[in-house]
Amino acid sequence: MTTIHLTVNNQPHTLTVPPMKRLLDLLREDLSLTGTKEACGEGECGACAILLDTGSGPELVNSCLIPALQADNATLTTIEGLAPDAALHPIQQSFLQAGGAQCGICTPGMILATHHLLTQHPNPTEAQIREGLSGNLCRCTGYMRIFESIRQAATETAR
Amino acid sequence: MRSDPTQFALTAPASLQAVLAQLAQNPGTHIPIAGGTELMVALAAGRLPRHSFLSISHLPELRFIRITPDAIHLGANTTFTDIRRNPTIAADLPLLTLAASWTGSIANQNRATLGGNLCNASPAADTPPALLVYDATVTLISSGAAPGEIVQRTLPYRDFYLAYKSTVLRPDELLHTITIPRAYSVHRHFLRKVGTRNAQAISKTALAALALVSESPATTSDSPSTTPCARHIQTIRLAAASLADRPIRLYATEAALQNASLAPAHLDATLRRARAAFATEAHPIDDIRSTARYRTAVAANLLEDFLRSLTT
Ligand SMILES: Cc1cc2nc3c(=O)[nH]c(=O)nc-3n(C[C@H](O)[C@H](O)[C@H](O)COP(=O)(O)OP(=O)(O)OC[C@H]3O[C@@H](n4cnc5c(N)ncnc54)[C@H](O)[C@@H]3O)c2cc1C
Ligand code: FES
Ligand code: FES
Repeated sequence: MTTIHLTVNNQPHTLTVPPMKRLLDLLREDLSLTGTKEACGEGECGACAILLDTGSGPELVNSCLIPALQADNATLTTIEGLAPDAALHPIQQSFLQAGGAQCGICTPGMILATHHLLTQHPNPTEAQIREGLSGNLCRCTGYMRIFESIRQAATETAR
Repeated sequence: MRSDPTQFALTAPASLQAVLAQLAQNPGTHIPIAGGTELMVALAAGRLPRHSFLSISHLPELRFIRITPDAIHLGANTTFTDIRRNPTIAADLPLLTLAASWTGSIANQNRATLGGNLCNASPAADTPPALLVYDATVTLISSGAAPGEIVQRTLPYRDFYLAYKSTVLRPDELLHTITIPRAYSVHRHFLRKVGTRNAQAISKTALAALALVSESPATTSDSPSTTPCARHIQTIRLAAASLADRPIRLYATEAALQNASLAPAHLDATLRRARAAFATEAHPIDDIRSTARYRTAVAANLLEDFLRSLTT
């Protein structure tokens, strides 16, 4: 067991965990943050995506492929922490409005991937949207409504 | 079955020296883990061979992009995102930027390192063909005799692989730097990957090529199809993924194309010689992603595409 310190959604935590425990399981089991989902468990689907800052700025990562120890001293944002208060984040609002979520399993990852995309490209082209979301799989929506949600979110956040 | 994480040890030694000292203590006991995008997948599949890991992802000594007038030096922990965001790499080494953009999703590229891609030694990996045609060198480091001393050796990257999933790295060594000359501003650069689909597909085969085309008289031509003053290949380097048990340079094909004519009257002969030489050194396998026949045929077509592109 190893003791690690990390900040999740602005809350500092000190935890004693097996160092190879997946960050995904640490979030869901030790911190009860079950908004981060598991689907493939091998980096292919993006359901477990979070934003991780290990010192060079927040980056989109798949938490199923990160050992807990590699998040020591890091700052994380999960879907629970995207909107600072009880209101929805504009990206969440646009997914709601444009029908970008159905069963919801892929949605937290889709929304964080969108957040990362809009940070890099506030006015993304169609190609940038497709590339930015290429690591996020959805079995329900057929993607068109997700792309529409992202276009709406880009317009909204540009305002 | 997924492995039980409590069965694995993982530490993050505070410095590069500390990592090297531990690797040297009992060589073969510990495995370095960088971005983890290979090893954590192996963990998920329950096929991790050893049980003790040393994290190197937090070491600033291994994450750098240093640009000098003659070369670009990349620390082993350079991520694919770091590569894609660097404008000098995009301008000087476009094939590396392109290969980095293929290595899985954005989330994967934010973690996956160049060092991990090379040391994992997959014959299908995306960056090796580009680094092979750019004639990269690799610097490997290990603990010296004196406390805290680091010794290094540098070798051509083309000599890095020994066999399937096997490299010259000793168990007490780490890959430290990948160095690439900035010498290709007048060359033609080519890289094509053929996979099942665009996003996140491991290649069935890939071909990288770099050539210098000249209109001036060829100096050392001994080939019958070369017309001295016509357009011809002055130098050429070719490398491929998934055509052998490791990423390979296509030396025989390169030799066959040295000073070869690209003039319309000779192009067919040049293509024939290229294909014949290529057939002697392409040794792909049948596996879940493709068949040997398909790989050879497609890679030969990619080669022809490249050669034809040199005529204009
Ligand atoms: C969903 C997904 C898609 C992918 N798609 C692609 C793709 O399209 N193309 C492609 O090429 N790859 C792909 N990969 C594979 C992987 O992302 C790359 O090979 C990556 O570059 C590995 O780097 P890493 O730092 O994550 O490796 P790690 O898992 O940390 O390490 C890999 C190996 O290298 C060794 N190692 C790492 N650093 C060093 C060092 N400095 N010195 C000595 N040994 C070292 C480790 O011990 C281990 O054996 C994909 C992976 C996933 C999960
Ligand atoms: S669960 Fe992590 S990428 Fe699918
Ligand atoms: S909404 Fe069900 S998987 Fe995307």
